[in-house]
Amino acid sequence: MGTGKKVRIDVNTDWCKGCGICIAFCPKKVFDPLPDNKPKVARPEDCIECMLCELRCPDLAINVGGGSDGRK
Amino acid sequence: MGENERQAVLMSGNEACVEGALLAGINFFAGYPITPSTEIAEGLAERLPRHGGKFIQMEDEIASMAAVVGASLAGAKAMTATSGPGFSLKQENIGFAAMAEVPCVVVNVQRYGPSTGLPTSPAQGDIMQARWGTHGDHPMIALMPASVQESLTLTIEAFNLAEKFRTPVILLLDEVVGHMREGIVPPRKEEIMIKKRKKPTAPPEEYLPYRAEPDGVPPMANFGDGYRFHVTGLVHDETGFPRGRGSDGDYLVRRLTNKVKNHFVPMVEEYLTEDAEIAVVACGSVARSAKRAVNLGREQGIKVGLVRPISIWPFPEKAIKDLAGKVRAIVVPEMNLGQVALEVERCACGKAVVYRLNRIDAELITPDEILAKIQEVK
Amino acid sequence: MAVKELLDRYTRMEKLPHIWCPGCGHGIILGSVLRAIQRQNLEPDKTTIVSGIGCSSRAPGYMKFDTLHTTHGRALAFATGVKLARPELNVIVLSGDGDCAAIGGNHLIHAARRNINLTTVVFNNSIYGMTSGQYSPLTPHKRFATTAPYGNVDHPFDLCQLVIAAGATYVARGTAYHTQMLIDLIAKGIERKGFSFIEVVTQCPTYYGRKNKLGSAIDMLNWQKEHGVPVKAAAKLPPEKMEGKFVIGELHCTQRPEYVEEYQRIIDRMERE
Repeated sequence: MGTGKKVRIDVNTDWCKGCGICIAFCPKKVFDPLPDNKPKVARPEDCIECMLCELRCPDLAINVGGGSDGRK
Repeated sequence: MGENERQAVLMSGNEACVEGALLAGINFFAGYPITPSTEIAEGLAERLPRHGGKFIQMEDEIASMAAVVGASLAGAKAMTATSGPGFSLKQENIGFAAMAEVPCVVVNVQRYGPSTGLPTSPAQGDIMQARWGTHGDHPMIALMPASVQESLTLTIEAFNLAEKFRTPVILLLDEVVGHMREGIVPPRKEEIMIKKRKKPTAPPEEYLPYRAEPDGVPPMANFGDGYRFHVTGLVHDETGFPRGRGSDGDYLVRRLTNKVKNHFVPMVEEYLTEDAEIAVVACGSVARSAKRAVNLGREQGIKVGLVRPISIWPFPEKAIKDLAGKVRAIVVPEMNLGQVALEVERCACGKAVVYRLNRIDAELITPDEILAKIQEVK
Repeated sequence: MAVKELLDRYTRMEKLPHIWCPGCGHGIILGSVLRAIQRQNLEPDKTTIVSGIGCSSRAPGYMKFDTLHTTHGRALAFATGVKLARPELNVIVLSGDGDCAAIGGNHLIHAARRNINLTTVVFNNSIYGMTSGQYSPLTPHKRFATTAPYGNVDHPFDLCQLVIAAGATYVARGTAYHTQMLIDLIAKGIERKGFSFIEVVTQCPTYYGRKNKLGSAIDMLNWQKEHGVPVKAAAKLPPEKMEGKFVIGELHCTQRPEYVEEYQRIIDRMERE
């Protein structure tokens, strides 16, 4: 199970090109594909903040963990 | 020796080019060995580190030109030197320097071409290449020294023009000017006017790297000064970024060509042309023979004069137009099959008959040959 | 390290979204380069990014540094001029497999031979993407491209071995899939003084993927996952097990005098005389 608390995940849908990489490689299947294949943050409570979606997003469109408050 | 009678120094044109570059404040040279320009690289390899400057022999002429542009963008006064084959290889990056408005000096000590040609023999076959060697419409400044003294002074001038116009400046020597030795009196540093590129006054966040001032030239920040700007060979707007728009290209290319066309002051020497009925138009080493021929002609009572373009590009159109209005005939001696002659014919517009005198057997054109032509056309 | 911070400090956000195709690996590498810069805490005002021509070489346009988009294949030669003229600058070169290994090959081996302090990241997607799908010196034998309609006759370079042989002191290979490792490899390349070279195996779904029926960006990333074998693991595998696979991680790391410093020693010597 995830950390239990609701992790804030922002998706910049202007920059996202719907490649589906985040959806495919999220170890906890947090995202569901929208009709245009852009990610919907379906189950943020399962997010373990592994940051792989952020790292692998080719469009720099995903921000995990809210603001830039110095979170790891 | 009086304090002001300074010592004359015997040196070659290539060596004078090195002295001129040092007096101009060169602090970066990248080059590649090629006859007949190698002495310039050798001289700067030895002298630059003594002045805290940097010399590098790159893997080829393309890389040398690239390194010069990179160094200039980092704030250096940068130069390279080559000859025909290397000059051909450098063209794409010379075009980049013109497009991105990067000051630099490119010395081409012309040798007999085309191709490998006669590496140790003089020629003037790269004149059109100096203007149109790289693709697309672009500005180009090219100077042609006719003596060892001028090899020094025009190198300084080349750096000043590059910094003033933010553009590459070509210095067209030929093997004779490069290798012959003459006694010259180098100017003292304090006598020389050194031009530096305009610095931006706007703070970094408002800096538009390609917004030109009324003279058509944008102030230039250097890499590492905190302006964090973008430089590209793509058509770009005044922010420096590409938008793929033809309108940006139209504006930019016109500005680039006009900044030189509208503000460059042609450099031409006129000798005994006031009452001339015949004129010789000659540049570089050939102009030396031409001057002698003019003197010989005058001794024979022929009203002949010499017009010597020192800045060959932009071509001194007005000087030739006016000349053609004054004289009946213009003789154009060249160590090629006619390149300056094309420009002279274009500017004369038929007002004077243009006679070509071409020699491409790797020998200098002699005063007597030019005199014979003058006698023929008078 | 949230992406917001990365964007604020190091990215020209007004230039995004970028021009690369959906799923193209270049965006992943761009993000990794930015994260490596962030980790090394480079002073942005003293950092210059240089690129050549091609899809990869549009990356500097999105990066908030002094950026130089040069001519095809010549990024390393331009970068050599920048670095030698102003040594205190951090100079990072971003190039593609065609830009760096084909037309730029001569400058690559000489920059490595000089061991000049540049960090070079090659976006290796085995294709010329910008010109829509020709094979490059890193396209595998028998693969298809618009200029290899009957299968590539050429055999690719092992670019890392080539650069090691040329004299580079830090050489690594990463992939877009192994993103965390990639950031580590680039960060170490930046940190090390001398010629640091990182080849990144990445996906071009639009041309290389389609032309060779390799599926989507996701399938191509999974291919990287299954075929990229870390150095330690690869050392234990018999050769036949490495068939069709490639080694990832730090391949070479040694010490050699750095070019600009060596030249500065000459200048210092002149001043002493």
